[in-house]
Amino acid sequence: MAQCQTESHLAAPAKQNNLKLHEHTNKITTAYFPTTKNPPPPHTSGNPISAFDSPTTHMTRNPDSEPEARKPTRTGMRLIVPLQGIVQGRGGLLLGSLIPCALVYFFQVYLKRHRSSNPQSPSTSAENLPELHRSSSRANLLTRGSIGRVHVSARASSIAKPNDSPYYIGLDRVREDPYDEMNNPNGIIQLGLSENRLSLDLIEEWLSRNLSGSMLAEGGDDLNIRGIATYQPSDGLMELKVAMAGFMTEVMGRTVSFNPSSVVLTSGATSALEILSFCLADQGNAFLVPTPYYPGFDRDMRWRTGVELIPVHCRSCDDFTLSIKALDQAFNQARKRGQKVRGVLISNPSNPVGNLLSRVMLYDLLDFARERNIHIISDEIFAGSTHGNEEFVSMAEILNSEDSDRDRVHIIYGLSKDFSLPGFRVGVIYSFNENVLAASRKLTRFASVSTPTQRLVVSMLSDTQFTQEYMKTNRERIKTMHDLFVEGLRELGIESAKSSACLYCFVDMSRFISPYNEKGELELWDKLLNIAKINVTPGSACHCIEPGWFRCCYTTLNEKEIPLVIERIRKVVETCKLSG
Amino acid sequence: MKLLSRKASCNSHGQDSSYFAGWQEYEKNPYDEVKNPQGIIQMGLAENQLSFDLLESWLAQNPDAAGFKRNGESIFRELALFQDYHGLPAFKNALVEFMAEIRGNKVSFDSNNLVLTAGATSANETLMFCLANPGEAFLLPTPYYPGFDRDLKWRTEVEIVPIQCSSSNGFRITESALEEAYQQAQNRNLKVKGVLVTNPSNPLGISLSRHELNLLVSFIAAKGIHLISDEIYSGTVFNSPGFVSIMEVLMNKNYVNSPVRNRVHIVYSLSKDLGLPGFRVGAIYSNDKMVVESATKMSSFGLISSQTQYLLSEMLSDKKFTKNYVSENRKRVKQRHAMLIRGLKNAGIPCLESNAGLFCWVDMRHLLSSKTFEAEMELWKKIVYQVGLNISPGSSCHCIEPGWFRMCFANMSEQTLNLAIQRIKSFVNSISESNNISPNQQYSNKSSRRKSFSKWVFRLSFHDRETER
Repeated sequence: MAQCQTESHLAAPAKQNNLKLHEHTNKITTAYFPTTKNPPPPHTSGNPISAFDSPTTHMTRNPDSEPEARKPTRTGMRLIVPLQGIVQGRGGLLLGSLIPCALVYFFQVYLKRHRSSNPQSPSTSAENLPELHRSSSRANLLTRGSIGRVHVSARASSIAKPNDSPYYIGLDRVREDPYDEMNNPNGIIQLGLSENRLSLDLIEEWLSRNLSGSMLAEGGDDLNIRGIATYQPSDGLMELKVAMAGFMTEVMGRTVSFNPSSVVLTSGATSALEILSFCLADQGNAFLVPTPYYPGFDRDMRWRTGVELIPVHCRSCDDFTLSIKALDQAFNQARKRGQKVRGVLISNPSNPVGNLLSRVMLYDLLDFARERNIHIISDEIFAGSTHGNEEFVSMAEILNSEDSDRDRVHIIYGLSKDFSLPGFRVGVIYSFNENVLAASRKLTRFASVSTPTQRLVVSMLSDTQFTQEYMKTNRERIKTMHDLFVEGLRELGIESAKSSACLYCFVDMSRFISPYNEKGELELWDKLLNIAKINVTPGSACHCIEPGWFRCCYTTLNEKEIPLVIERIRKVVETCKLSG
Repeated sequence: MKLLSRKASCNSHGQDSSYFAGWQEYEKNPYDEVKNPQGIIQMGLAENQLSFDLLESWLAQNPDAAGFKRNGESIFRELALFQDYHGLPAFKNALVEFMAEIRGNKVSFDSNNLVLTAGATSANETLMFCLANPGEAFLLPTPYYPGFDRDLKWRTEVEIVPIQCSSSNGFRITESALEEAYQQAQNRNLKVKGVLVTNPSNPLGISLSRHELNLLVSFIAAKGIHLISDEIYSGTVFNSPGFVSIMEVLMNKNYVNSPVRNRVHIVYSLSKDLGLPGFRVGAIYSNDKMVVESATKMSSFGLISSQTQYLLSEMLSDKKFTKNYVSENRKRVKQRHAMLIRGLKNAGIPCLESNAGLFCWVDMRHLLSSKTFEAEMELWKKIVYQVGLNISPGSSCHCIEPGWFRMCFANMSEQTLNLAIQRIKSFVNSISESNNISPNQQYSNKSSRRKSFSKWVFRLSFHDRETER
């Protein structure tokens, strides 16, 4: 078990600020040197991306970076102008501009060296994952003026940058060299993708029973060509909302009843999250997010909205459970920086840890949100993928008994995890706030679910006998896999965080990393990928504050493959022990 | 606690307006041949239902396509998990070939330059995100599709500056109008990032001439800006002059190796040409790698379900079917168009001469009580409430002349269209009878008060419900 770090999480934002200042100083210097205002578009020159490398690496995660970005400019000018005065006496304009330029240049070189020699502490891990945090605030991009090529927006250029986070590199590697028992037994085994393949046979069987002949021949008035081809409400068919509300009620243990008219359907939870981000926050505002968190939040909540995420660190010594005190501190720090916090984003069950938020914690969270007058987004996309004895409590259940603050709570759901249908792109916003619902419905025009798919899902979810059996069997299968995997790791002396849901184990390999920081973590990740040939997600990709944790998704495997995976891990772990 | 974002809270404007009331009237009282023969006929919805029988019979003959099967074998597992934002390769290949086919195979498209989106609505917004920063502007010729005000601007915070076109030259785009719009943007301190045109035009129903296209390309070349050509109606061109895609212009001129090529982007969709808006399939085609790259990543926010992609890849790969569909559909659009034109002509109502689209651009200027937008709204209300036709007033499309209306003809049966024509004819007759009573009312000094209505109000008069285009 990794010991709790002595350094307080309070230090993390401060560190970020430090780092950011360096980056800005860097940026100013680079901005001084190119004299051409708008260089001609490098259409013919090799890699257009390269032109954007420097601006994107300078992006910071802080929304108040706009004023800060200007500060160094001013200090820079203060430095240069008097120097020009001094030098002009003798050397004239040429020396007057050369000397300050040279000074700034050497300063930049110094900073660079200083930075690269500085061992990276885990708390800065966020800054070292280039792709996932690049959205940055738009204001910051705008103040930069020239971004190399005039044509494309700053938003696009930051997003176009290749993904060099281990999360994406790993996924790409598996795509090139996927394990296959027969055809490629030495290929990479995928444990990095959050996918459930355990129960696809049940759905396939349902389809073969129910999807006979043409999709139009199913009977019923809606299943003619008019029912699928024409314009339908962009926020989803009422039939699907009814079926979905029923399914959600079922999944959440029938302790709450969901209202179909509060359901907004989107093309996947990805767009559901983005739509909520657009609805609840303005550019530069922030959400508090307990870490470790799902790497995709950075994309979904931030990329196009200009909204920021403030990590609130949870630790292994607390089983990665959230503390209201930490939330409160992060809130106050943001306020001191002049940043408006619009809400808390939680995932319950938590991705990547797989633990559940207790009823007490949910009440506390609601109290916190009420006191601070902010929103709660509760991502409950794994609600049906629980496997322990612990009870899952939906945020909706808390509200049922306490009606006063319903309109600050918004729930995310979807069929990609619990129903193993990511390809169908069915996501849900469930909100108690009429205004959020109204705005979300309008925004779904950019992200509707295809109607033939909706029709199919309606008939699938309406077969409640099937869904109940499916959920039961699926939970049992997840539990079997979870127990096998955890037991296999335990035999290697590797422990996992306590979990009772989701498709993962959050595995503690901190004993095997050296140095004990993100660098060590990524080295081990690299060994796992290239020597053991398994792709896992390093904790740093999830903003975990402690190095050495890895998310392993076991629901892409079958039972037979678990001993193989454990064996592959053993090999790497043994070399680590020897060298350590 | 009404802590919503500006974007979320600004969208309820205009709900108490008479336009909204008119719209609700339609929702309450929709025409149905059997159940509600006195109801309001929907002519504000550009939907193509003319060739549903062809789609239906294809689906009946190809049950595998919708049943997750390939050659009788289930491919459900593959499709259930498929969520790659690069799209299903088979579908992208079939789609680019379909696009080429519609353009008479005079141009070809590379599927690597194609990005799939959830409908053209999302394609247009994504391009705005990619090409402009908040506060920068795109120029659009008027009249334009009212949904653009929301699709292009809402989340992206991009501005639209109108290129004013008028009936004096059949609403054609001119060099001076382009320059004027550019100048106007500069006066407003807006950086212009590009021009967006619909070709064929929604709401005019005309395809752009080669002259106009050349004009546009040289304009964006000179200004160093982008051109977005929204060609979602390309398959509806039923009369000469035929459709010329912007891609053709780029081939013909000396643009082959010019940087301008990378600044032209095409938007496409299967909602109009294939009559499948419910499938939510749109696409961006661009030669700019960076635009393709970032748009692909942004397409995560509007992916098309794998089931739909697979179904359509099978349908569009059936060359015999697509060939027949495209020509048959054109024929039917032409027939319908002629029917509406004839009917309106009998009622003494002229239309802009058009060669494409699922609608006519109807000239009712002579029916206005005065040459104001207020009079246009008055007439529009009469047509909705009394005549029982929901049509779209030109003001909702930012037309600068009052008295023009868009009437759709492809979202209903022939009988319904006949009834609509009957209704408008008797309405015109009743006006000409009553006209003799109060001729002096025509020139009452009502000023043009169009500005007093918020833009949201005007948009509501279009089929606001959803993704109508």
